[in-house]
Amino acid sequence: MLRHLDEELKELHKEILKMGVFAQEAIFKSVESLKNRDKDMAQEVIGNDQKIDELELAIDEKCIDLIARYQPMASDLRYITTGMKINAELERIADIALDIAQRSLFLIGKPLLKPLVDIPKLSAVAQNMVRDAIDAFIKRDVQLARQVVLADSEADKLRNQVQDELINDYLALDSKTAERAVALLLITRFLERICDHATNVAEDVIYMVEARVVKHHPEELK
Amino acid sequence: MAAINVSKLNLWYGDFQALININANFSEKKITAMIGPSGCGKSTLLRVFNRMNDLIEGVRVTGKVSINSENIISNKTDLIVLRKKVGMVFQRPNPFPLSIYENIVFGQRVHAQGLTKVKLDEVAEDSLRSVLLWDELKDKLNKSALSLSLEQKQRLCIARLIAVKPEILLMDEPCSTLDPQATSRIEELMRELKNNYTIIIVTHNMQQAARVSDETGFMLLGELVEFGKTEEIFTRPRDKKTEDYITGRYG
Repeated sequence: MLRHLDEELKELHKEILKMGVFAQEAIFKSVESLKNRDKDMAQEVIGNDQKIDELELAIDEKCIDLIARYQPMASDLRYITTGMKINAELERIADIALDIAQRSLFLIGKPLLKPLVDIPKLSAVAQNMVRDAIDAFIKRDVQLARQVVLADSEADKLRNQVQDELINDYLALDSKTAERAVALLLITRFLERICDHATNVAEDVIYMVEARVVKHHPEELK
Repeated sequence: MAAINVSKLNLWYGDFQALININANFSEKKITAMIGPSGCGKSTLLRVFNRMNDLIEGVRVTGKVSINSENIISNKTDLIVLRKKVGMVFQRPNPFPLSIYENIVFGQRVHAQGLTKVKLDEVAEDSLRSVLLWDELKDKLNKSALSLSLEQKQRLCIARLIAVKPEILLMDEPCSTLDPQATSRIEELMRELKNNYTIIIVTHNMQQAARVSDETGFMLLGELVEFGKTEEIFTRPRDKKTEDYITGRYG
C-alpha cells in the first residue's frame, strides 16, 4: 500500500542526497585547491557554504514537520531521525572543507613547504569514506556502512604518519617553517575529522536499517 | 512479576477461532497496550481476563490463564470474585442511572453488604479522589451520574471499579469517545493508577499505546504476533507484520 508519507520521504531522500553531493563537492574542491594551488577553487568552496547551511535548515525543518504531522513509527521513525543526524554530519563535513579551503588560501600565498604526498592519500581515504557512507545510506547497505566504520583506523594511521613527519622534519628543525607546517597539520586534522563524520554517518545507517546501535559499541560490528 | 500469565490460550465463537495459541505474561503494576486491526482478537483477549466472553453463546476456551496462580478459565472459578478482582472500563462510559454517590458505592453494596454509612462515605471519597474527581464533585454527590460530561462519566466508571479494590483494570478503548484534552487527562490518570493497579488497555490509537503503555502486544487474525517493551515495538519491531501495521502499510 502506497502511503502519502512515502511520497514525502522520497522528497526528503532527494534533499539529503543533494546535501551529500554538496558535501562531497566541498571536500573535493578544497583538496584540489590545495594540490593545484588554485585560489579560485578555494574561494568557491567558501562561497558555497551559505547554500549548504540553508539546505541543512530546510532538511531539519522537513524532518520536524514529518514527525509532527505523521508521528512516524519503527522504520519510518528511524529513517527520519537518521536523516536529521546525517544532515548535521554532512553540513559539518562541508564546514570542515571550508576550513581546509581557508588554510589552502593561506598556503597558496607561500612557498611550497614540501611536495604533498600523504595528505592527498588521506584526502582520498576521506573522500572514499564520505562517498561510501552516502552510498550506504542510499542503498541501505549495512555491509558497505560497516566497511566505512572499519576504514577509519586507516585514516587515523595516515594522520599520525603525516603529523610525525611535519613535526619531526619541519617544526622541530626549522622554526621558519612553523606557519606552513601548522597549516598542513591542521589540514591533516581536518581530513581525519571528515573521516570521523563519515564514520558517524555509516553508524547511523546501520541503526536506520537494522535498529542496531554500533556507535560506541565496536563489538557490535563483528 | 506477572499479574496474568496466559498459556496456550485458544478461543472459538462457534466454528470461528478468534484466539490462536496465545502465550504472554502481563506485568504487574504496568500498563500493557493491545493493538491490532479490527477483528484481530484484542478485545476478545481482554474479555477472557474477566470471563466476559461467557455471556456470548457458543464460546469455547482452552488453555490456561493464571491470575494469582488460579486458572480463571476453570469451571470452578467464582465469577463474582473474579470480576471484583478484574474490573473493566468500556468504550462508552456506562454509569448507572443513579446518583454519583450510589454509582461509586454500588459494588460495595453487592460485595460487602452491611457497611456503615461512614464506611461507604469513605469509599466514595477515596475512589473519587483516586480518579481526581473529588474536588469537582464533592458537593454534587446526590446528582444523577447521567448529568456528568463524557470524561467525568468515564472517570466515574473507573472510580466505581476502584471502589471494590480490584487488582487489574481492563480498558477497552476507554478514550474513543473523548476529545483530545479529555483523552490526555484520562491517560494521565492511567499513569497515576498504575502505581496501584495492573492495567491492560485495548486501543486503536497507536499513538496512545505508544504514549501510555510500558508493554505492547500486537495481534493479527487471532494471533499474538509480537509482545514486548513499548519503546522496542514502536522503534524496532522484530516482526515484519508489526512493522507494516504500525507504519500504516497493513491492508
